[in-house]
Amino acid sequence: MKLLSALQQQGRRSNNFRSASSQLDSAVDGGVKSQATIFWLLLHGLCCLVSLVLGFRFSRLVFLLIFSTSSPSTTSTANLYSAFHTSFPSTTTTPSTEAVNGIIAEGSRVVVGRHGILIRPWPHPDPEEVLKAHRIIERVQREQRIQYGVKSPRTVIAITPTYVRTFQTLHLTGVMHSLMNVPYDLIWIVVEAGGATNETATLVSKSGLKIFHIGFNANMPILWEDRHKLEVKMRLQALRVVKENRLDGIVMFVDDSNMHSMELFDEIQNVKWVGAVSVGILAHSGGSEEDLSVAQTEKNEKNPQMPVQGPSCNSSNHVVGWHTFDVLPHVERRARYVGDRGIVLPRKLEWSGFILNSRLFWKEAKDKPQWVKDLDEVGRDGDDVESPLSLLKDASLVEPLGSCGVKVMLWWLRVEARADSKFPARWIIDPPLDVIVPAKRTPWPDAPPELPSSIKKAINIQDNTEKRTPKSRTTRSRGSRSKRKRSAKVSIEQVTTRYSSNK
Amino acid sequence: MRNWRCVFSMVVYFAFCFSIEAYKFQRTQQTERISGSAGDVLEDDPVGRLKVFVYELPSKYNKKILQKDPRCLTHMFAAEIYMHRFLLSSPVRTLNPEEADWFYTPVYTTCDLTPNGLPLPFKSPRMMRSAIQLISSNWPYWNRTGGADHFFIVPHDFGACFHYQEEKAIERGILTLLQRATLVQTFGQRNHVCLKDGSIMIPPYAPPQKMQTHLIPPSTPRSIFVYFRGLFYDVGNDPEGGYYARGARASVWENFKNNPLFDISTEHPSTYYEDMQRAVFCLCPLGWAPWSPRLVEAVIFGCIPVIIADDIVLPFADAIPWEDIGVFVPEKDVPKLDTILTSIPIDEILRKQRLLGNPSMKQAMLFPQPAQPRDAFHQILNGLARKLPHDKSVYLKPGETILNWTAGPVGDLKPW
Repeated sequence: MKLLSALQQQGRRSNNFRSASSQLDSAVDGGVKSQATIFWLLLHGLCCLVSLVLGFRFSRLVFLLIFSTSSPSTTSTANLYSAFHTSFPSTTTTPSTEAVNGIIAEGSRVVVGRHGILIRPWPHPDPEEVLKAHRIIERVQREQRIQYGVKSPRTVIAITPTYVRTFQTLHLTGVMHSLMNVPYDLIWIVVEAGGATNETATLVSKSGLKIFHIGFNANMPILWEDRHKLEVKMRLQALRVVKENRLDGIVMFVDDSNMHSMELFDEIQNVKWVGAVSVGILAHSGGSEEDLSVAQTEKNEKNPQMPVQGPSCNSSNHVVGWHTFDVLPHVERRARYVGDRGIVLPRKLEWSGFILNSRLFWKEAKDKPQWVKDLDEVGRDGDDVESPLSLLKDASLVEPLGSCGVKVMLWWLRVEARADSKFPARWIIDPPLDVIVPAKRTPWPDAPPELPSSIKKAINIQDNTEKRTPKSRTTRSRGSRSKRKRSAKVSIEQVTTRYSSNK
Repeated sequence: MRNWRCVFSMVVYFAFCFSIEAYKFQRTQQTERISGSAGDVLEDDPVGRLKVFVYELPSKYNKKILQKDPRCLTHMFAAEIYMHRFLLSSPVRTLNPEEADWFYTPVYTTCDLTPNGLPLPFKSPRMMRSAIQLISSNWPYWNRTGGADHFFIVPHDFGACFHYQEEKAIERGILTLLQRATLVQTFGQRNHVCLKDGSIMIPPYAPPQKMQTHLIPPSTPRSIFVYFRGLFYDVGNDPEGGYYARGARASVWENFKNNPLFDISTEHPSTYYEDMQRAVFCLCPLGWAPWSPRLVEAVIFGCIPVIIADDIVLPFADAIPWEDIGVFVPEKDVPKLDTILTSIPIDEILRKQRLLGNPSMKQAMLFPQPAQPRDAFHQILNGLARKLPHDKSVYLKPGETILNWTAGPVGDLKPW
């Protein structure tokens, strides 16, 4: 719209000039006076109309077009309208602006008055430049870290107990990516229950980190209680590796299903000997809707916030006690075995909330404090080492981190599929699936059943796929899978009855 | 024999220690010394190098105006008020005008504010003229030199031209009575009528406490590449664009509004200061006048200023090497701004950040209350001290008058 009107006005203006100049000539020649006055009246009326539309700028534009000698009128108007015509490749505008107001600062190179708005032909980001800018930003941030960050960063030694199961890839990928983003040197000790397998090895080797992959000769038990105990034993085994190799750095316990924020890795650099951070407990009830809603209402009544395990300090920032997870309200509904419906409860104090200096585990360290037991004494008896506090003779010398446990930088979560659920090895489906079912025929448990014939066909196919390729569908969590089975069974019954009734 | 060995090993040990410490010192010293064209003058102390006499004007020139509108204490022209207060209690002040090198006239010409807070300059020439008439009739020092050893603070848009519109300001020119005096102003543009030779350029006033409260930890990574908040088109006065900022701001918007590296908009976020500290470059384009408080903010927050204003003269240009600290982009090169900024070598960027990190740089841009060493007040005095001693020729012979008291627009001659 504006384009059209602009062009119209442009045309009109040039018309004005032609008519004005011709008018002047005719007046000089002494032509018919009445015609001249009528013409002038018309011209005057036209000018008023145009100035109504264009506004006060009209007079300035007239001056511009009359007095601009160095550039043709079209380019100057093009420059003036460059704000609207983005396709015009505008160039320098100084010749036209000199004429605009007649007021030029004496001796100044910079001209007062109207300037064009310079727009390049393709006003969009250039990917190469974006890349260069990102490199600049990266370098600036590295410099910032050198100047204001931790002065002499120590190596982070992350200990992860894991074992091969359906959700291992899910959890371990998250942990791996967090560790890959840590800006400090890292050593990752992966302890695997059931021996070191290729499955885990291929997964963690993608990270490019320095890894100690250790097998542990015991299979992971099904009951959560026993599982926690085995994990402790695996962690102690990893600490023995630290001891034997005299690894130097900061030991942290990175459980494979936990979530870590990057600030945690910056905060642990402040540890002297033993530090404690607050762990947010995401006690997940992997069950059905009813359980969740019940759990929620209970939680809202008593404890509307997320429970946090960690140190609690007095006013002089010394640890005087511990916040732990209150298991009593959930004891009846807790999950007993892996994949059970119910809330997976953490232990009193999770290992992941403790950060230790690796020199505590060395045989002879120069300034090893006296209030730490030797590693071999602790794990020897076979009784349960509940938390790293058992390694210490005096628990009050623990340093609180994260502004005394106020900042939560680490979240604990346990979500597992059923223990007998299967998944394709290394998540590669090889050979490809035999039967490919179109999506709209797959009956979902929430969708109401359609026509009987189509459902029966779908159910038959579903049964076949269930028999032939169980791996592809057992990836869902246990709860929904059982629901599907039940609903599938129900719908089969429904269909057969209907079918039989139809017949 | 054993003692020799001990001593030798001690010597080697100490040498080693010193070398390590020296290395550490270099590493932690993340700032660089700032030396401008006048040398390392940012850290000079003006006390003892000059004496300033402050005229006692009736309070209608200063106190009463301030009482009428206390907003003058917080807007960007507040330097005139704070300079007066600083000089009253400064050690450079002398109560004996015979020994003074410089004379200061406390007249607040930028305190007549509209309801919006913008100063109206229409009465300022008359006010200044009336003040000068007063001091020339009550004290002999003005007529002794024609005002050459007097200085005035004129922080308005175009300095002593006393108008906010550039065309009108150029028409008026600098007030004729001030043509021999030294002007301390924020406006600086080369070859411009409103910039007199020998003027001292100062930064606009920015509230130091407010900026202090918005500091974030320096370890926060700088993740914004280019940052700018402000108008691109002044819709009220220049709807189509092309007048405001000589089209440069509109050009920035049109070329880079789609560019993810450029965080530019017209919003007024409450995290403006915090965002500047998270940016690598901050744009400081001209507006209706070439100077802007953004320069001060960029320097305080360690963001490299990208100055888009042709021929601008920046504050304390002889003491601060602005070419080394900021990036100057000619207005015609604005469409290529992204190429220009990404092609700066990374070492230069880091060096600029080190120079910006120098605390004397930040201190020189601020007007803190009470005054602190090396702040903008002291830099002004340093600038005045560098102009001493006065040339013998400024002293007029008795009876000789140089200034034309009736020059200028007729409206200026009316009494205030």
